[in-house]
Amino acid sequence: MSVALEAKLGQAWKKPHFIKNPAWRWALILGSIAYFAAAWSGIDINFGRIARGWERGWQFISAFGDPDFTSRWDDIYKGIYESVVMTIASTVVGIAISIPIALGAARNIAPLPVYLVCRAVIAVSRALNEIIVAIILVAILGFGPLAGFITLSFATIGFLAKLLAEDIENMSKSQAEAIKSTGASWTQWINFGVQPQVMPRLIGLSMYRLDINFRESAVLGLVGAGGIGGTLNTAFSRYEFDTVAAILLIIIVTVMFLEYLSGIIRARIQ
Amino acid sequence: MPMQEKNGQKVWQLRTTKSQWIRWGMWLVGLVIFILSWQEISDKTLWFMMDNVGEVIVDIGSRATPPRWSYINQLWWPIWDTLAMATLGTIFALIMAVPVAFMAARNTTPSKFFVRPFALLIIVSTRSVNSLIWALLLVSIVGPGVFAGLIAISIRSIGFCAKLLYEAIEEISETQVEAIRATGASPLQVMVYGIVPQIMPAFAGIAVFRWDINIRESTVLGLVGAGGIGLQLQSSLNVLAWPQVSLILLVILFAVIIGEWISAKVRGAII
Amino acid sequence: MLQLNGLTKVYNTGDKALSDVTLSIPDGQVVALIGPSGAGKSTLIRCVNRLVEPTSGEALLDDINITTLGSGGLRKARRKMGMIFQEYALVERLTVMENVLSGRLGYVGFWRSLFRKFPQKDVDEAYRLLDRVGLLAMVDKRADELSGGQRQRVGIARALIQNPSLLLVDEPTASLDPKTSRQIMRLIVELCEERGLSAIINIHDVALAQMFVQRVIGLETGKVVFDGAPTELTPEVLTQIYGEEDWEATIEKVDDDAEEAV
Repeated sequence: MSVALEAKLGQAWKKPHFIKNPAWRWALILGSIAYFAAAWSGIDINFGRIARGWERGWQFISAFGDPDFTSRWDDIYKGIYESVVMTIASTVVGIAISIPIALGAARNIAPLPVYLVCRAVIAVSRALNEIIVAIILVAILGFGPLAGFITLSFATIGFLAKLLAEDIENMSKSQAEAIKSTGASWTQWINFGVQPQVMPRLIGLSMYRLDINFRESAVLGLVGAGGIGGTLNTAFSRYEFDTVAAILLIIIVTVMFLEYLSGIIRARIQ
Repeated sequence: MPMQEKNGQKVWQLRTTKSQWIRWGMWLVGLVIFILSWQEISDKTLWFMMDNVGEVIVDIGSRATPPRWSYINQLWWPIWDTLAMATLGTIFALIMAVPVAFMAARNTTPSKFFVRPFALLIIVSTRSVNSLIWALLLVSIVGPGVFAGLIAISIRSIGFCAKLLYEAIEEISETQVEAIRATGASPLQVMVYGIVPQIMPAFAGIAVFRWDINIRESTVLGLVGAGGIGLQLQSSLNVLAWPQVSLILLVILFAVIIGEWISAKVRGAII
Repeated sequence: MLQLNGLTKVYNTGDKALSDVTLSIPDGQVVALIGPSGAGKSTLIRCVNRLVEPTSGEALLDDINITTLGSGGLRKARRKMGMIFQEYALVERLTVMENVLSGRLGYVGFWRSLFRKFPQKDVDEAYRLLDRVGLLAMVDKRADELSGGQRQRVGIARALIQNPSLLLVDEPTASLDPKTSRQIMRLIVELCEERGLSAIINIHDVALAQMFVQRVIGLETGKVVFDGAPTELTPEVLTQIYGEEDWEATIEKVDDDAEEAV
């Protein structure tokens, strides 16, 4: 029996802690508990109100058993149509703008000044919630789908350009170098060395963004930026839960359809 | 490799003529759909209003600057509420998402035909509906306030977290699980020793990722009465108090950047 | 003693992986199971501990019929069968110690295992085994920090801490370099000797098998086509198992470097 073994026998074994320094560990644990407790205590729950509201909640849930598509069909149709239109237009425009920005935001392609500018655009687009952008745009442009369209295009840039830029930065260097070594020009290099590597991902991300844009377009109407959200808001304020249920079902089914479609398209590309 | 005769010479082409036509056709259809969509938006826009857009922007911009810094003292509590909604909402969502994810993953679901479709239904329905709509609904059920926002954030996040988590569960290495099963471990022990360690990094990543998103979302829930800094934004917008609006936007921007920084740090530490 | 009677496995796809395998392995015997890929070697040992459910036939370990046990009984029976895997199958994000102790899961309750509160005698036994396989210094390393040979040693310790009477070994050396392969094989065989364990070792490398085991079973499309001492493995027999090839070199290699010390 070795000396090292003898020293260990009879010793209790404990799993090494994730954070080795005990002071830090306890500070973190106690700090988190204190924060959660404080955060929870700041939330007042009015049980009387919930008890009264529960009946309404039940009405809402049961409305899904009997959704009303017909009585507000004109409004629903117009809203959905507008949402779809906004989704398509903004996704196309968003992608078109994202591609050059993504190229500019990839450190292995772009020079530093271009890189910084493009990254700044992405950061601003990601930091601002769609709803907030829509509020500002409605204030500037007035009510209507144009504000929603610009909002979604802008949001698409932050999403798509960031992920695409990361993909370009992670691409295989050797393939791109092989093209460069043939004496290709910059545009040829992008076309033959970079584009084939990132194309499947670009298409996958675009489909995913189409899906997100549709979901977002459903709420922009709440602040007057067009789409089904306006209809939804009206239905909520009139407590017409059966119409609400109909609208939500349409949204859910559309999202499911889009996901299914994007699954097929992604499978075919790869 | 498709070849074509041209002036008696073979010309190389990437694609056959037929597939080339189909490609062009699809591009054309896409273009037409886009133009029609744009037409629709354009029709609903009062373009004559757009003539003075520049002036409007300058006007709002000049009213909004400088931000009313003193207003910050009325914002501390809403900021606290906003963060509380995001953090607690994420925690509740994770607690509920874990069982849903295990029910939805093909390799851990108790029943492929009854439980799994049900779990997938929960995922898709909570995920498809924006948190603002959930908030709208919950305000009418539990009344306006932070609680409604908290529940809205939780519900919206269940589907998101459960979807990513069940995909992670489906990707685990089955042999590691098999090895634990071969020792005579009970199903619960197999889960704790064979499955959980494998999905832990994904779980932590999902948690901070969603927390980061939830900070953004919780800033606007106040617009429909669900508490947080959005309430102040709404009331400032209602009275066109632009210096307050610009301050609130700065605060939101700051909170989002801090959130993103923390989540990046945490993800770096875990993975 | 392990007794297999007419063990048969037909997969849902209709592939017959095992057909009517009958054999018995007395206590303390180490058996190599050879055969081409897809011959049913993995299926055979997985049918013994029922990671794969056999379609028909039975497997008896120490006179207990494993094939008819309920889930509780099966877990008890699995404790008596240590399994060692091709790709080590350690839980990579757990420490070496946790991986070894996971071999005791069949003996401790859920809550103890959840909080890693294993009995001290299990911990001591884990230390002893890790010392025996030469990894005592690695106790708190994470499994994914180890090299292939080290991981397989942890895998061996995990199987042995179960205190099994039978080892099921699935291609223990397939992912290792030649030298490490020998060390691992030697370790397994030595440990079986020390503890009087019987073992079934699936192995591709015929020469390696001949070097270490007392008995070789050849499997071809799910049937036993050879069962005898390693010395009886002639080119004719190997041709029957694997198909036509020049076997002389494979067999002779054994004697040349069998004595390389580690």
